[in-house]
Amino acid sequence: MSDLVPTVDSNEPPIRIKDLHKSFGDNEVLKGIDLTVAEGEVVCVIGPSGSGKSTLLRCVNMLEKPTSGSIKLLGAEMTDPDVEVDQVRTHVGMVFQSFNLFPNMTAIGNCIIAQRQVLKRSKAEAIEIAKKNLELVGLGDRMSYHPAKLSGGQQQRVAIARALSMDPKIMLFDEPTAALDPELVGDVLAVMRDLAEAGMTMMVVTHEMMFARDVSDRTIFMDGGVIVEEGPSAELITAPKEERTQVFLKRVLDPTHIEDSELGQTEPD
Amino acid sequence: MSVLSSLKPTQRARLGTIASYVVGLGVLLFVLLTADWPTITKQFFNPEVAASMFPGIITVALRNTLLYTIVSFVVGSLLGIVLAVLKLTGGPLGWFAVGFIELFRGVPALLTIFAFAYGVPLAFGGNQIPGGSVGAGILGLIVVTGAYSAEIIRAGIQAVHSGQNEAARSLGMTQGQTMFWVILPQALRIVIPPMTNELVMLLKDSSLLFIAGATVFTKELTTFARDSLSTHANPTPLIVAAALYLIVTLPLTWLVGRLEKRLDPKR
Repeated sequence: MSDLVPTVDSNEPPIRIKDLHKSFGDNEVLKGIDLTVAEGEVVCVIGPSGSGKSTLLRCVNMLEKPTSGSIKLLGAEMTDPDVEVDQVRTHVGMVFQSFNLFPNMTAIGNCIIAQRQVLKRSKAEAIEIAKKNLELVGLGDRMSYHPAKLSGGQQQRVAIARALSMDPKIMLFDEPTAALDPELVGDVLAVMRDLAEAGMTMMVVTHEMMFARDVSDRTIFMDGGVIVEEGPSAELITAPKEERTQVFLKRVLDPTHIEDSELGQTEPD
Repeated sequence: MSVLSSLKPTQRARLGTIASYVVGLGVLLFVLLTADWPTITKQFFNPEVAASMFPGIITVALRNTLLYTIVSFVVGSLLGIVLAVLKLTGGPLGWFAVGFIELFRGVPALLTIFAFAYGVPLAFGGNQIPGGSVGAGILGLIVVTGAYSAEIIRAGIQAVHSGQNEAARSLGMTQGQTMFWVILPQALRIVIPPMTNELVMLLKDSSLLFIAGATVFTKELTTFARDSLSTHANPTPLIVAAALYLIVTLPLTWLVGRLEKRLDPKR
């Protein structure tokens, strides 16, 4: 599947974020984020609910407008009003927690629409590329199904195929398995692992610590709108240095380990 | 009280049902027995008067009613889509849309048609709206339908989950492409029931065209029936017209109900 990942022609790293701030009203969710993702690198972002990790990912392709700071995607300054954001987004695939497939289109229809409308590909070419990507995610036999007839795991894999059909240079994943039944998580993670191994540049917000440890090159721990700690994934997850990271990982990796004072509290996200 | 409370809930429920049937039947019997049937038949179901209306009421009146309704609905709905999108986009065009919607939703359709039929020629040196009185009437129905359906369609657009917009935009689709290919198809599905309602209302509102004046060839159902009523001094034509409206609306709502089921993506 290496043919899926075109080389980035710019000398800039695919993602370069500088001093990013984002506020919703008086609530400052991101308090100065600096982050660079190199070509072919897989970066996982972990952290407790409300830490700003999803907001960070959504700022990357401007689904949320940053309050201040700089976001360079493939060399293009996304906060510059003169930059064609739509144009840059065609190179950046995004996968959502709630799949967000178009319910009125079939699986293959979902993968074709933007190829036709945005990339102006011929119908035959779009169908061919869509088929290839649906087969890649293991859904070659579900192409003409509507999303409502697919399981959550299948829907999320269609969503990945839809993003891949645009031949993206970067893939963003916003808690892609958080809405799935536990037994369906594995299929989605397997597709993401294949993608990572093929050399795709990926930024993944996730609660799957094993995936972060085994698949990603680097993991970032966020809390309270700042990056608390970052480092090689295996190192950060197995031997975190910061106390906040340690507390968070202890809770996530061993949910039964709960202090008496915390009983009754949950960890939603 | 003591008798009622001694009954079981199921017995009490059955007693209630029986009581309501008895009351209903009583009222019906009273009406049937006290009504002056010979006069009713002569006045409202007079076969000779009814027969004299055919075939004109079908070939002219019903045809015109359907024609005016369909043209106004199709053009009015398209106008509604445009107005809804403009209103949601905001800016000067958004304000124009808001003004348009508020004006034609707030003024009676009758006055709007009147203004197009008689006000426009007065204001523009005798220049009529193309199509004469029918053109003015249809234009009136179009702007009123546009104003009403704009609000329905706006609500439909806003009912589409925001994730749909985000998914389309993240694929690089522009705001316009997203609206046309992703949001509107889903929004229009959502608004099928209220738009059916709008269509039925419009079918009946087509009777307001009488205010613009009608010739023998441009009469619609209600005008035709009113004229027939004056000719015969007998209200039977009104019953015939009412029956024809129902003959159109009942199958229509049934068909749309089926369409709605077929388009349901959850099916």
